Amino acid sequence: MAGATVDTILARHGYEEHALIAVLQEIQRERNWLPPEDLATVARMLRVPASRVYGIASFYKAFSLVPRGRHVVQVCTGTACHVRGAPQILDRLGRDLEIQPGHTTNDMRFTLEKVRCLGCCSIAPVVRVGEHIHGRLTQVRAGSMLKKYP
Amino acid sequence: MRIVDHTQLEELAREGTRSLCPDHTRITVGTASCGSATGGREALAAVREEVATAGLAVDLRETGCIGYCQVEPVLEVLRPGEPRVLFHHADAHRARLIVRALAEGRMPTELALCWIPRNGERPEWALPRYDEVPFYSKQLKIVLRNSGVIDPDSLPEYAARGGYHALWRALTEMTPEEVADEVEKAGLRGRGGAGVPTGRKWRLCRDAPGDEKFVVCNADEGDPGAYMDRAVLEGDPHSVLEGMAIGAYSMGSSQGYIYVRDEYPLAIQKLERAIADARTAGLLGRSVFGSAFSFDVHLARGGGAFVCGEETSLLQSIEGKMGEPNQRPPFPAQRGLWGKPTNVNNVETWANVPEIVSRGSAWYAGIGTPSSKGTKVFSLVGKVQNTGLVEVPMGITLREIVFDIGGGILGGKKFKAVQTGGPSGGCIPDRFLDLPVDYEELNRTGSIMGSGGMIVMDEGTCMVDVARYFLDFLREESCGKCVPCREGIERMLEILERICNGEGREEDLPLLEELATTTKDFSLCGLGGTAPNPVLTTLQYFRDEYDAHIREHRCPAAVCKALVHYSIDYALCDDCGACIKLCPSGAIVGEAKRPTEFIDEKCIKCGACLEVCKPAAIRVQ
Repeated sequence: MAGATVDTILARHGYEEHALIAVLQEIQRERNWLPPEDLATVARMLRVPASRVYGIASFYKAFSLVPRGRHVVQVCTGTACHVRGAPQILDRLGRDLEIQPGHTTNDMRFTLEKVRCLGCCSIAPVVRVGEHIHGRLTQVRAGSMLKKYP
Repeated sequence: MRIVDHTQLEELAREGTRSLCPDHTRITVGTASCGSATGGREALAAVREEVATAGLAVDLRETGCIGYCQVEPVLEVLRPGEPRVLFHHADAHRARLIVRALAEGRMPTELALCWIPRNGERPEWALPRYDEVPFYSKQLKIVLRNSGVIDPDSLPEYAARGGYHALWRALTEMTPEEVADEVEKAGLRGRGGAGVPTGRKWRLCRDAPGDEKFVVCNADEGDPGAYMDRAVLEGDPHSVLEGMAIGAYSMGSSQGYIYVRDEYPLAIQKLERAIADARTAGLLGRSVFGSAFSFDVHLARGGGAFVCGEETSLLQSIEGKMGEPNQRPPFPAQRGLWGKPTNVNNVETWANVPEIVSRGSAWYAGIGTPSSKGTKVFSLVGKVQNTGLVEVPMGITLREIVFDIGGGILGGKKFKAVQTGGPSGGCIPDRFLDLPVDYEELNRTGSIMGSGGMIVMDEGTCMVDVARYFLDFLREESCGKCVPCREGIERMLEILERICNGEGREEDLPLLEELATTTKDFSLCGLGGTAPNPVLTTLQYFRDEYDAHIREHRCPAAVCKALVHYSIDYALCDDCGACIKLCPSGAIVGEAKRPTEFIDEKCIKCGACLEVCKPAAIRVQ
């Protein structure tokens, strides 16, 4: 089944090698991470070395080579957020979820990530969960924010 | 409908005017990323509901960011014959109050921020005019001319504000050479960071041999603390498309790419819509305006790599490769995307182009300083009262930006520095507050203009920690191709972490300076070449803070965890008990709600108590 989805995505991009990043983005949107078998399929169908596909997948931060939780919690660590308390928010979320940044809770509910500037610097500190951006956070509000995501 | 003559463009503009100024009430809600994050979407839904309940004839529209993010969500009401009225903090609750007042035939000025003149009306309201609001008082909007005004999804509204008229003018009245001349004479310089004269860059690409050329928009706004490009893309995407089309005409290109960072999903959505609409109207694609000129734009999404903001890395990334920089020369203008001559300009630069062509180079060159023309958009953020996007003429002083527009420091604290230029820039201390802001003046302080992030820092910001922060950022973002950048940053970071942990040594500072100089001089691209700037400027201007960390094991700003201790000032404590309840490590012990003991060994210095303590009885030293 995995191959079928990957094939659809590749077909949409005309099996063009230069669309590799876009292809991986779509696979990740579909699966929430990049499973090794999908990467192998991409390499085979585009007729490029697997190392090239892995190179791209590991170079760009947006890609995950391990499964991620249902909700990806991205703590913005841009400069404005940094000076307005992002490190404390990150620590607090890490304590609440009992994980380090870059890791996923055992129940696969949350993945905690640090992210570089979400461009909402005026309402710092900011955390994005999925598509939703939470601004002007405090430690307390960051903690209660998690309850909204089952 | 495909637009092939001026009458049709005028008709499109008239359609836009009818929607911008309808013959009944128009309400717009700012739903850019920042607006949505502060409740703009909920406000929009509330307005929709109240309007339906009251049976009002209202044109409800979404718009981009009007800049004053501090007071978001922002809502605007326009009734026929009246000026526009801007409402602040318009969350769902206040949005309902506003609509209910309108339903009673009353303008609820008590909830409003200001009114914006339209046709010379002089309302009787006890409400400041737009330019009497300190935040807007010194601004001059060219790049942000439409953001927060028009519906970014509406091509007619863009046309009503003069949109695509510059492209029409270029195609019908000017030769490609004349267009390049105009941009050169206007004195426009690259707004992405380095400030290379745009006209010169265009000419290099124009003159490069080859029949296939590319124009590229760098929308990989990576500098943390800068978000003007996001605002332009989300609020006025057509201005970038029009700028690129004009550039393509001038340089003889028929294909363009916009490279947008992955972190900006809404910008991508707005661009996709704008490109589709422009194609349908014949403003992009084959035979633009029915002329012999063809130009189409494609989107490329970044993958979350800071180095891709560097133009050679960006081009590698568009080609589907790892974003690693290449040695220049050859410059992209000579050998760029797929080996063809390529021009790369950033979002803000492109958005300036239509206005320069419409209003002429003399007008544009009349704004700014001798070396830096026009305006610059800054994102004024950090420890400042009024945060948001400000567009000001070049040459305005830092003091005017931070204190007049920004309203000074948050919580009455003391100004320490303003950080410009992102990780490539530096920290500028108070002695330079009266510096007129332009490319050269900022360079003289050891910082750079960069893309326009302006992060204000107060006495509670540790400058050693700031230097450490940027190096930590750059260590993760260095692509690793060249040794000076890869190793230099890593080693400098080791030293800074040591200093922040109170383990710094006297000999660390000269070593840091030596490493910084080597990294600066020998790195392959701009990332490494400018990486030491935050270190060098903080060392130059805030050496006393480094000394305090090293010699006294003290962090004067009380930021570096290893060097601070928390305690309670019982004289100030009002026995609310919040800290006892909240302390995650049980370091605060109390009887009922009265804290009686602070156990230093248990304290993890998370700062949770600081956040809840209203009388500020928590001491951090």
